[in-house]
Amino acid sequence: MLGNAFHIALREIRRNLMRAFLTVLGVIIGVAAVITMVTLGQGTTQAVKNQISSLGSNLVMLRPGMGFGPRASSAGVPNFTQSDVEALTSQIDGIAAIAPVSSSSLSTIYRQNARSTSVTGTHPAYFGINNWKLASGRLLDESDLQTGAAVCVIGDTAKTELFGSEDPIGKLIRIGKAATSTSSSSSASKSESPYSSSFQVVGVLAPKGQSGMGNQDDTIIVPISALQRRLTGRTSSRDISQITISAEDGADSTRLIADITSLMRSRRNLDRNEDSDFNVFDTRQIAETLSSSTKMMTTLLAAVAGVSLLVGGIGIMNIMLVSVTERTREIGIRLAIGARAREVLLQFLVEAITLSCIGGIAGILIAFGLCYALSRVIQVPFLFDLRINLIAFFFSAAIGIVFGFAPARRAAALDPIDALRHE
Amino acid sequence: MSRPLIKLHGITKTYGRSDTAFQALRGIDLVVNQGDFVAVMGPSGSGKSTLMNLLGCLDTPTTGRYLYEDLAVESLNADQRSLLRRHALGFIFQGFNLLARTSALENVELPLIYRGMTRAERHQLAREALSTVGLSTKFSNTPAELSGGQQQRVAIARAIVTSPSTLFADEPTGNLDSHTTGEIMSLLVRLNAERGITILLVTHEDHVAAYARRTIHVRDGLIATDHSRN
Repeated sequence: MLGNAFHIALREIRRNLMRAFLTVLGVIIGVAAVITMVTLGQGTTQAVKNQISSLGSNLVMLRPGMGFGPRASSAGVPNFTQSDVEALTSQIDGIAAIAPVSSSSLSTIYRQNARSTSVTGTHPAYFGINNWKLASGRLLDESDLQTGAAVCVIGDTAKTELFGSEDPIGKLIRIGKAATSTSSSSSASKSESPYSSSFQVVGVLAPKGQSGMGNQDDTIIVPISALQRRLTGRTSSRDISQITISAEDGADSTRLIADITSLMRSRRNLDRNEDSDFNVFDTRQIAETLSSSTKMMTTLLAAVAGVSLLVGGIGIMNIMLVSVTERTREIGIRLAIGARAREVLLQFLVEAITLSCIGGIAGILIAFGLCYALSRVIQVPFLFDLRINLIAFFFSAAIGIVFGFAPARRAAALDPIDALRHE
Repeated sequence: MSRPLIKLHGITKTYGRSDTAFQALRGIDLVVNQGDFVAVMGPSGSGKSTLMNLLGCLDTPTTGRYLYEDLAVESLNADQRSLLRRHALGFIFQGFNLLARTSALENVELPLIYRGMTRAERHQLAREALSTVGLSTKFSNTPAELSGGQQQRVAIARAIVTSPSTLFADEPTGNLDSHTTGEIMSLLVRLNAERGITILLVTHEDHVAAYARRTIHVRDGLIATDHSRN
């Protein structure tokens, strides 16, 4: 009886290819949309996680500005000074390393290649604090800082853009004459760079990859003393736009942040009831801020996927309802020539299951291709998640089976003569 | 030849309940012999189609006894009636009731699939049946590619492919012109004569009823007249 049902069901599918195709299409849309949305959402979340871990685990950052996150404002807020850095080093316990950062967007030229790049002036400790690994050459050292040597370490993107396949170690780059500052929290460095100077490349950094915070690899790092002396000029002592701190292993980051906050409040002469005009945050807080936005995005994607699933389901339902008159007559004919109700039902069930499975498998394949292509375009990792594939498959299959089978059940319960007369 | 095949006793059929109830059949007694060719006539609303559906085991009587051979049809459930139709009965309808977009051969094969026959057996029997009704060149045509008369021939082939003992024809020529009507009726007469298939035919046209050996008139849910000619 089952073999018979298969035989008849496949015959019916072959005979009504358009109807079968439209049913399958509904399932495909549902399955492919859900899998693609969720997979890309998970990929994005993973990309954000990767990026946070690339920042280093016990990183603490100090930035000028009011508020934190999307409502942050840095307009008119003073930067930090070298004496702030010294005070932090001497007065706060639990700091393993500290590096001031002064960033400007400057033009960089090597032979015929010219481009605007973020140039960061800092201390040698910066590399360790920010988890930078060396690809070739050497990092900056204390003597570079002391002498204000015209040397630089460049990121992977900067290397590719300026030197192509050439070995950059020992080569000279011309830096200076920038258009605008990129240092978002800096007010003092918003002036044009008055100078330009040649810097020798001494090292290349290993790539960290694209991130939600921009391309971290498009960077050139020089001693802060060289930046001040040779490029930006000492227009103000308040030219440190960020202080990065590495906490000692096992240090209580909550206490550390509280200590830093109270020291900086007193150094910036803030009253008890005034808001801080700077932010202190650690990796965990960055992670929380970013994950709240990825969570929002994932929810949005899930909603869109849900709508697609609904549209797919309505498509299936629609095509089933359109064909119900013809199918009711078909059921009447089959019953009249001696088919039992359960044989007819089995046939319809096999039909619905077959179409739903074909649609489900096609949907999974299409979603796989889409996820692969899109994850490359938006540069997030492609994470194949078996669970969401199964959920989408069975959910859509269930819709297909329910809507394919329900009209048949009603029709098979009719007397054959009523089914034949169905208009 | 004159062995009773169908025996009806006190058959009534009521649609609806209490106030709105409508009694379509009000006590039918009827015996049909093996190999007979019976025309059931009557004005619309007389109950002739209801009688036909009961005889064809497509519907069940409200009260009364129906013996098909020695089988008490009124006590069979839907599945058992399906099996009786599958093995002993054939149907032809006014509207042909063929499966759309399905070749003539596949339409004729349909009842054989439910009998669990192999593909080769099915093809063989279906080809023979189509040849019997004169459609040996139209095996692969779908209903849309056939004329009304040809479609009714496919339906007849489908009805006889299982070698049924009784053929029920509900206004089989209602949608056909007079020339085609003659062809279809001659075919039924031939099947009755050559194969001994008992035929019950519903019609409201005298010239169609004239092909039958026995004519029953139904009026107001009762048999009004019953004429046999020899």
